[in-house]
Amino acid sequence: MAKSVVGASSHEAMTRADVKRAIVRIAHEIIERNHGVEGLAIVGLQRGGTWIAKEIAAQINDIEKSVTVPVGALDVSLHRDDIGIRPVSLGAISDIPFDLSGATVVLVDDVLFTGRTVRAAMEGLNNYGRPRAVQLAVLVDRGHRELPIRPDFVGKNLPTHIGDEVAATSDGVTVTPGSQASR
Amino acid sequence: MKHLLAIDELGLDGLNALLNLTDHMVEINQRPVPKVPALRGRTVASLFFEDSTRTRLSFETAAKRLSADTMTFNVSTSSVNKGESLRDTVATITDMGVDAFVVRHKSVGIPWQISEWTKASIINAGDGAHQHPTQALVDCYTIREATHAKSFSGMHMVIVGDIKHSRVARSNIQAFSMLGAAVTLVAPPTLLPPDVSHWPVSVSHNLDDVLPQTDVLYMLRLQSERMAQGHVPTLREYSEQYGLTQKRVMNLQAQAIVMHPGPMNRGVEMQIDPSDVKNSLIHRQVANGVAVRMAVLFDLLGSGSNLAGQA
Repeated sequence: MAKSVVGASSHEAMTRADVKRAIVRIAHEIIERNHGVEGLAIVGLQRGGTWIAKEIAAQINDIEKSVTVPVGALDVSLHRDDIGIRPVSLGAISDIPFDLSGATVVLVDDVLFTGRTVRAAMEGLNNYGRPRAVQLAVLVDRGHRELPIRPDFVGKNLPTHIGDEVAATSDGVTVTPGSQASR
Repeated sequence: MKHLLAIDELGLDGLNALLNLTDHMVEINQRPVPKVPALRGRTVASLFFEDSTRTRLSFETAAKRLSADTMTFNVSTSSVNKGESLRDTVATITDMGVDAFVVRHKSVGIPWQISEWTKASIINAGDGAHQHPTQALVDCYTIREATHAKSFSGMHMVIVGDIKHSRVARSNIQAFSMLGAAVTLVAPPTLLPPDVSHWPVSVSHNLDDVLPQTDVLYMLRLQSERMAQGHVPTLREYSEQYGLTQKRVMNLQAQAIVMHPGPMNRGVEMQIDPSDVKNSLIHRQVANGVAVRMAVLFDLLGSGSNLAGQA
């Protein structure tokens, strides 16, 4: 997960205004891709993706006026494939108070990296019903995928070294160089 | 955390960590498909040398909801009847590949003894009149759920009945005290241990005196064989003095909670149908049993970080 460590060597990859613009653009793209918002549901991943999910949903509601897109939050800790290998840190509790059967679910996370969190999330979603389709929106795609997963909506493609730390908040995105080996 | 043998081994941080983890498990149980892959490939064996309905079933359900495999050891149809010793029985099951044993036995200390014999994690599901740690976790979680209080500081818990033979009472006294509550035991002198002066409790022999100052009224089951053993003169006299009646419910404070670990003896300690008690949490205790045991199993077998140990 992204940590908010901003050292002397870290640099800003997106400003606060860049983040805001990216979220507005993603909201428009989601509506365009789905020809409206019929059956749409937004699910943010705990904890980094939840604020972005809420922002995207607020934008969509603002653009489409007549609707309120349901927003949920999913904690994937218990669906991960590295339980027993790495220490588990539980996020906030999942909160999806609506049936996902037949819905078009847009999963939202802050930083897309190996893809393992997204894999776990796709599995977790099925506990809440069978979505008609699942799409993926991320604020930052930093590369280094280990699974065949590709985002549908991207705020910014950000080439990184594998050991870098990427921190994404509504104030902006920063990259802190790390050792190549650490992961 | 490697084993869960007694509630006080958790410490306050460990206790709170398990209760917080239970919140996650409650949410999983509310999903249309209440199952996560967290303990895939792990095996949990239940080793019950004493009867049980809710503890054994809730452990097995908890293991399955975390995708662990389960084995049930049934004493009455096992090779124990051919004279196989406890140690050999444990060794045999261990050899089949078991990650955790859930153990209930009539003798104090058997879960600890088994933990010395096997590499698997041991969960004490009740040993004699010693400990029943997961029941205490269930009860603390249930109170926390009802009151939204993370600390029990300022609360007065009253435990009524056969304290002497009750492992539930011993675990709950420790857990309630750790969370900051004051505890009063109400029982006839024959059903109290010989010396409770080193326990963090007050003692009363008169239920009616303490009812108006009670926040949680915890009724224990009176086993009918206690009468034959001379601990109580008659069940009728016991229930007159220590049973929960409609009149006693009226004397409780409006927000006071009534609990019972089950199984209940209707007409003995419960002279009233629990559904007639406004603030009865007895059904919540059963409902939360699965989620609490999921938290315990996950902490022992899955967290990799000894969640309860560090908090």
